[in-house]
Amino acid sequence: MLDTDTFTTPDGRTIGGTVMDLRNITLRFGGVEAIKDISFDIREGEIRAIIGPNGAGKSSMLNVISGFYVPQEGEVWYRGKPRPQMKPYEVAQQGIARTFQNIALFEGMSVLDNVMCGRLGHMNTNILSQAIWWGKAAKEETENRAVVERVIDFLEIQAIRKTPVGRLPYGLKKRVELARALAAQPSLLLLDEPMAGMNVEEKEDMSRFILDVNDEFGTTIALIEHDMGVVMDLSDRVVVMDYGRKIGDGTPDEVRNNQDVIDAYLGVAHD
Amino acid sequence: MPDQLLFGMEVALNGLMAGVMYSLVALGFVLIFKASGIFNYAQGVMALFAAMTLVGIQNGQVPFAHLINATLGTDIHNFGWTVPALAAILLTVVVMAIFAWLVNKFVFSHLVNQEPIILFMATIGLAYFLEGVADLMWGSEIKTLDVGLPQGINDWLETTTFDAVGYGFFIDNLDIVATIIAALLVLGLILFSQYTKQGRALRAVADDHQAALSVGISLNFIWVLVWSIAGFVALVAGIMWGAKSGVQFSLSLIALKALPVLMLGGFTSIPGAIIGGLIIGVGEKLFEFAIGAPYLGGATENWFAYVLALIFLVFRPQGLFGEKIIERV
Repeated sequence: MLDTDTFTTPDGRTIGGTVMDLRNITLRFGGVEAIKDISFDIREGEIRAIIGPNGAGKSSMLNVISGFYVPQEGEVWYRGKPRPQMKPYEVAQQGIARTFQNIALFEGMSVLDNVMCGRLGHMNTNILSQAIWWGKAAKEETENRAVVERVIDFLEIQAIRKTPVGRLPYGLKKRVELARALAAQPSLLLLDEPMAGMNVEEKEDMSRFILDVNDEFGTTIALIEHDMGVVMDLSDRVVVMDYGRKIGDGTPDEVRNNQDVIDAYLGVAHD
Repeated sequence: MPDQLLFGMEVALNGLMAGVMYSLVALGFVLIFKASGIFNYAQGVMALFAAMTLVGIQNGQVPFAHLINATLGTDIHNFGWTVPALAAILLTVVVMAIFAWLVNKFVFSHLVNQEPIILFMATIGLAYFLEGVADLMWGSEIKTLDVGLPQGINDWLETTTFDAVGYGFFIDNLDIVATIIAALLVLGLILFSQYTKQGRALRAVADDHQAALSVGISLNFIWVLVWSIAGFVALVAGIMWGAKSGVQFSLSLIALKALPVLMLGGFTSIPGAIIGGLIIGVGEKLFEFAIGAPYLGGATENWFAYVLALIFLVFRPQGLFGEKIIERV
C-alpha cells in the first residue's frame, strides 16, 4: 500500500519512501471543523510544506501529526503502521520533534541546557550512575554532548551557548528551538512557522539552515509557512490548505499554477 | 566577651537549628510549586502522615485497626513485631510514593489547566482528608518517634566552648544531626536536578509544559516523581520534628510556619527556602531574646515570622530569590 520508491531530486538529494501518511483526517472543535477530510503523505528526506491563508488549519494539522490534537476521524500512518492514539510526549519519543509558532523554550535554562533537553529521549542509564557520573552514564553523557555540540556548531550558536534563553532576541530563540528539536535526531522534524516575525535577513538565514539540515543530516522536514516566496524556494512538495480543506498538493510549480490556490491567496469570495 | 553577647550567640545558633526545620518544610512546598504551580497546603499534613506511618510501621501497628475492629468485631491492634528503623523508613518512602501516585491519579490529573486558586483549594481538601486518613489509619494518640537519632545536649561542644570562652554553649545533638541531614538532602536534590535525566526533565517541566511535552517528557510521570520527592522531604521533616516533640497532630501546623519562610525566600527557589528558613529561625529567636522577652512580655515567636514576611511583601514581593515578575505592556 505504501509507496517505497526512491528517487533523486534535480539537486542530487535522495527522496525515500513514505514516512508519514495522513488518511482522511477530520478535526473538529465543537461544531467547528478545523480540518476537513485531508490526506497527504510525507516522504523520507524531503522538505514538505503546508501553506495556506490565516485560519486554514495548518497549525491544527501539525498538532495532529505531533499528537497535541486528536482527530475525530482518519488515520495517521507512521513508518508503515497505523499509529494508535498517543500522548504528545509518546509521539516525541517515537522520533517526531517539533518547534512552535510562539516559541516554547525553557527560558530559565541556558542555550546548552535547552539543546541538551532535546537529548532526553536518548538517555537510558539509571539515576544513581548519572548522579555520581560513573560508568556507562559518563560515556552516554559524552556521546550526547557530542551530538549537541555538533548541532550547536551547525546552527552557529556557539557564542551564546551559556546565555539564558530568556535574554536572547526573537530570531536567535527560533534558532535555539530548532537546535533543540534537531538534537533529538528526529526521523521527522515539524516546524511551525519557522520564519514568522523575522526580518528579511533572519528569514534568509533560517531558510539556509533548514536546507542545510535537510542536506547534511538527511532529516525529513514538514513545515508550515505563510510566506509563499520562501516556501516555493525551500520545499520539494507543497500542500495548500484553505478553510480546513486541501485545495492543492504537488511540486511548487504545480501549486503555483493551480487556479484554486491562486483564488485562495488572491481572495475570491467563498460560496 | 560579655556574657550577654555570648548568650545572644547561643540563641542565634539555636535559632539557626530551628530554622533548618522550617527550611525542610518549605523545601517540600517549593519543589511542588516549581514543577506544577500548585501551592500544596497539605505539605505539613504530609509530614505528619509520613511520621505517623513511620512510627506505625516501626511498632508493627495494624493500620485502620479501629475501623477493622469496629466492623468485624475483632480486637487486633498489633502485629506483634517491630521493624528496624531503616527498613521502616524505606517502607514509608514507598507509602509516600504510592500516596503521590494516588493524588495525581485521582485529584490533579483531573484538574490540569485549572486556575491556581482551584488547585490550592484542592490541596486544602487534600490536607484535611489526609489528616482524617492518618487518624483512621494510625490513631490519634501522641506517639514517640525513635529512629536512633542522638538526643540531648552535646557535651563536647559545651566543654570546648567553656574552655575557650568561659561559657558553655547548649546545643541539642538532634539539632546538629538535623542540620547535617538537611544539608545532605539539599545536596542530593541539587545533584539530582542538575545531573540526572529525570532531574533535567523536572527542570524542563518546571519551566515550560508545552516544550517539555515536545521533547518527550511525560508530565504525569514528572508530577508523580515530584510529589514523591516532596513526600520524602516531608518524611525527613516529620522525623526531625517528631523526634523533637513527639508525633502529634499539631505537627501539621508547622506548615503554617513555612509560609513566612516562603514569602521571604521566594516560592520558586530552593536556596531561598533554605536561607528563608534560617533567617526566620534566627530572627525570631533573637527578637524574642533581645526585644520580645525584656520589653514586650515575651511569646513573640508566634507572630514575629509573619510580621517579617509582611515587611518583605511590601518591599520585595517576589522574595529574596524568587523570579522577578515583569509584565510587558
